[in-house]
Amino acid sequence: MASTFTIRVNGRQHAVVTDADRPLLDVLREDLGLTGTKFGCGEGACRACTVILDGQATQSCITTMATAADAEIETIEGLASGDQLHPVQQAFIDQSGMQCGYCVPGQIMSATALLREDPHATREKIIDAMTGNLCRCCNYGNILAAVEQAAARE
Amino acid sequence: MSNQSREFDVSSLREESPAEFERYEFREPPRYVFAADRREFVGALGAGLVILVSPQGAQAQREGRQARREERLADRLHVGVDGVVTVFTSKVEVGQGARTQITQAAAEELRLPMEQIRLVMADTASCPDDGGTAGSRTTPSTIPRVRNACAAARARLVEFAAAKLHAETSEVQYDGGAFSVPSGAATTLGDLAADRKLIEALQAPPAADVEIRSVDSWQVLGAPAPKVGAVAIVTGRHRYPSDVQVQGMVYGKVLRPASYGATLKDADLAPAKAMDGVTAVRDGNFVGCTAPTSWRAAQAVEAIAATATWDRPPHLHSDRLYEHLQNTAKAEGGGRRGEGRQWGDWQAALAAARKRLQSTYRVAYIQHAPMEPRAAVAQWQDGRLTVWTGTQQPARVHSELQNAFRLEATDVRVIVPDTGGGFGGKHTGEAAVEAARLAKAAGKPTSLRWTREEEFTWAYFRPAGVIEIDAALDESGRLTAWDVTNINSGGSAIDSPYQSASGRTRVLAADAPLRQGSYRALASTANNFAREAAMDELAELANVDPLDFRLAHLGPGRLRDVLVAATDRFDWRSRRAAGRSAGVACGTEKGSFVAACVEAAVVNNTIRVTSICQAYECGAIQNPKNLLSQVQGCIMMGLGGALREEIRFADGQIVNPSFSSYQVPRMDDLPDLDVVLLNRQDLPSVGAGETPIIAVAPALAGAVFAATGKRRRSLPLQI
Repeated sequence: MASTFTIRVNGRQHAVVTDADRPLLDVLREDLGLTGTKFGCGEGACRACTVILDGQATQSCITTMATAADAEIETIEGLASGDQLHPVQQAFIDQSGMQCGYCVPGQIMSATALLREDPHATREKIIDAMTGNLCRCCNYGNILAAVEQAAARE
Repeated sequence: MSNQSREFDVSSLREESPAEFERYEFREPPRYVFAADRREFVGALGAGLVILVSPQGAQAQREGRQARREERLADRLHVGVDGVVTVFTSKVEVGQGARTQITQAAAEELRLPMEQIRLVMADTASCPDDGGTAGSRTTPSTIPRVRNACAAARARLVEFAAAKLHAETSEVQYDGGAFSVPSGAATTLGDLAADRKLIEALQAPPAADVEIRSVDSWQVLGAPAPKVGAVAIVTGRHRYPSDVQVQGMVYGKVLRPASYGATLKDADLAPAKAMDGVTAVRDGNFVGCTAPTSWRAAQAVEAIAATATWDRPPHLHSDRLYEHLQNTAKAEGGGRRGEGRQWGDWQAALAAARKRLQSTYRVAYIQHAPMEPRAAVAQWQDGRLTVWTGTQQPARVHSELQNAFRLEATDVRVIVPDTGGGFGGKHTGEAAVEAARLAKAAGKPTSLRWTREEEFTWAYFRPAGVIEIDAALDESGRLTAWDVTNINSGGSAIDSPYQSASGRTRVLAADAPLRQGSYRALASTANNFAREAAMDELAELANVDPLDFRLAHLGPGRLRDVLVAATDRFDWRSRRAAGRSAGVACGTEKGSFVAACVEAAVVNNTIRVTSICQAYECGAIQNPKNLLSQVQGCIMMGLGGALREEIRFADGQIVNPSFSSYQVPRMDDLPDLDVVLLNRQDLPSVGAGETPIIAVAPALAGAVFAATGKRRRSLPLQI
């Protein structure tokens, strides 16, 4: 059943031989070693696995390789430029937007996708876009503050 | 690199975990009993096998039983030639900020910037056993221990520098890793570390009279130090346990029982074994597969599951949970503190009550649901086992592995990378044992990560409970009797802080249908909810404002201080006078004090929390930034159990084992949050990761009563 799929991840092209219905998340983590994208639920309900796929925040745990084929994918590993953190990453540090931090890559990818669309997103819009991203440390106040910081700067 | 060697028998430093767990903390048999292979069987019988114990090891074990201050400084810290000091602790980082605060503590006493401290946590091969990470013990136990060791090391280093610089110890000026003496001679930590004699200087344990820096001179502690390791987190570089990848690794998956208590009658491994790259193993009731990908491993286990037949015993339905707990409550043995206590003639006081309250409160089973499910990577090399896993109890997992595979202590190593959440939910080593068994079958390192459904089903739960309160008021509205019984959920914080002339507390065990274990703040959330909800009802009977009723029964002290601080900041009296729907609650547990005020509305039969003001006091604040984050997180997590979270089950299965069906707090639940931190620099610091969770639910219940005129006596609050 395996087929060859081409995906571009963080600007690099990869040919992956795998099943068409295998989740993109598994391929990123297990085949490409990009473990920054996290598993949280496997049903698209917590968004720990969020990547940016052709510009859209996307839950990679419910995105099959058939869907991801030929797409342009950005993961948390591709966000910083060398040692220069992306403003959203810096904002999460400045505002203590993490406790255990496991949800943070997904939070940052969701926020980044939002702020590219709407660089000065209002608080309401941020909450609307981010409320799908679970944080079991429940650090929502600081996460909101981080995205608001990034929204004002960008 | 340094020339200092680090070697010791890890078992020599094990200590019993402090008695901080509830009765329901595990006394269960191992989930799997693996068959012994021939070599092990001979070993177990002892036939023809000479067991060598090195005299050094035996000596170390004896020493390990002695007081903590007998530990060698060299076991606690290591000075590198680069001037970096590596500090070792068995504590784990699960988001509570232990890594940052222990680093601050070491930096404080070693007079170094935090960047010059490297903290190695929870590696059983190199870390002294400070106990598991539970019970808010890191701040009151581990941090003083680390500070003492670092202060003692600093003193030794100064002595060592004095000798090297040919000066008196008292002449040495030391700060930030640099030593100097009046002659102008100078040296550095890195230079000292290059001297082989330093390891000898660090052999002796810290002296009892080591001087640690007093709170009013703190330079590093007390400051809002940012989280250590934050850059690795925001860039995705940090490897959580589920991210660990080693050369040649395969992925594992375990066949789960069809329902609680089900036993496997038969299963055919052939369809799994026919798959490319799949190894399948059955060992007793353990069945699992490995494959080159987790996707294939799951398919292989599904193929076996399709052939499996089970004996399924009947299992309670969650609709009958509370009546079941009440019906099976046992007369004794419920609490870690024994039978509870009695004072005064509570029976007579109840009989003579002017007004009497008899209320029953319920708390549901809920789950921690940490973002990172249980995960482990296991690797066997020459009969020795290394496991990377997410657990709050590395020493306990070490024992589980040792027992499961009949290994010598020194042949097992458990490493806990900073982990994606715990909340009391990761005290066990299921994934570690399973990964190790699969790795043994595959002959390859094996990664195993539970699915969310596995986590919701096969981990453990905060116990459900029924709490009965019987209380009496006299004609002046004072409490004269306070009788509280907790069935099944435990005894934490069951002692009421309110004055009552008589009373009784009881903690009763019951037949629990689900696997129960620890949770953030243990049973104190349940007991605090029941007590504070009852106090509201008693205030109404006494026709007194809920705040005034509480104040009338509280002496001066720390609890009163936080209650006054929270209600002042919240403007309790003005809001109440304006008819707004507000509730208040307070409580104390593990030596810290919390009070919360909540305003809420009920719209379309849904509770909407609009604002929360919470005051909290835990002695001298060691890191205000981390503390604020913990307090805010506790409040929001507590809202989950107050508003929606409830594990339901039927036919031996969890009905809502997913984030789509088990609704935890989200960003759009965030109310206006106002936190007041009282910094009591005159008091010892205590842990703050748990207690701030206990006041929000009863305060919300009070607000919901104010909004609707109806009492809700169950968590989650039902409208």
